[in-house]
Amino acid sequence: MHYTFDIERGNFTDAGQASSSVKRTLKQLGVDPANIKRTVVALFEAEINAVAHAYGGKIDVDIDGEKIVMVVADEGPGIPNLDLAMQEGWSTASAKVREMGYGAGMGLPNIKKNTDDLKIDTKVGVGTTVTMTVYLT
Amino acid sequence: MTVKEIIEKLDLQCLNEANLDTEVTGAYASDLLSDVMGNARSGQMWITMQTHKNVTAIASLKDIPAVIIVKNGVPDEDMLEHAKDEDICILVSKEATFEVCGKLWELIK
Ligand SMILES: Nc1ncnc2c1ncn2[C@@H]1O[C@H](COP(=O)(O)OP(=O)(O)O)[C@@H](O)[C@H]1O
Ligand SMILES: [Mg+2]
Repeated sequence: MHYTFDIERGNFTDAGQASSSVKRTLKQLGVDPANIKRTVVALFEAEINAVAHAYGGKIDVDIDGEKIVMVVADEGPGIPNLDLAMQEGWSTASAKVREMGYGAGMGLPNIKKNTDDLKIDTKVGVGTTVTMTVYLT
Repeated sequence: MTVKEIIEKLDLQCLNEANLDTEVTGAYASDLLSDVMGNARSGQMWITMQTHKNVTAIASLKDIPAVIIVKNGVPDEDMLEHAKDEDICILVSKEATFEVCGKLWELIK
């Protein structure tokens, strides 16, 4: 099964809709709760990053019997130093984003912890594509 | 202890009634959303001073039955709407996080 969602530039209000919709689908498919939990944590954080740090983008989710693959691709500034970005506590979030309670630098570490495979392709000045896989078996 | 009993004992204002009979297994207090995303467990209450719609998005994703907003915080209109759609109980305390946590700890430790 394949699902796509748009991420609108600057739209925090609707952030989480993709994660919420994927959660509903996984529940209907009878995926076990622990795997649903880690899937939605990872997807939500990636979705928020595309809104908070980039100019929106697109989400592709593929679900089959053995895995969930989520690709969050944004147009944005890219990540100049990925090692630094992966460190817990590192954040370049704006004051507005911090006021909302984001910007603790825990998003990418949360994604890493909750997925079985994480790939980040990023190009400065172009954008970032985050590919996350959760194995169901 | 149920959400309803906690509302009574902590003298909370209820802005969206939901999950009143749900047994609360604990609570997580944080204003950092990724901290809650990463560390709160389903069935826990969430104590926070954040009042925007991402709070209910996270509560729903994490199966958090009730949110306590501290210091008489006023939830955004769209957060309350979303709470209704997602069946999340929205509570408000006059007190600050320290007092709310202390009292809740005594009740459900
Ligand atoms: N999609 C993205 N585009 C550009 N930069 C990003 C993106 N995702 C993450 N980053 C960079 O990596 C940092 C760490 O991300 P994260 O761990 O999610 O923490 P936070 O979002 O709280 O800052 C961000 O502050 C930002 O500098
Ligand atoms: Mg983040």
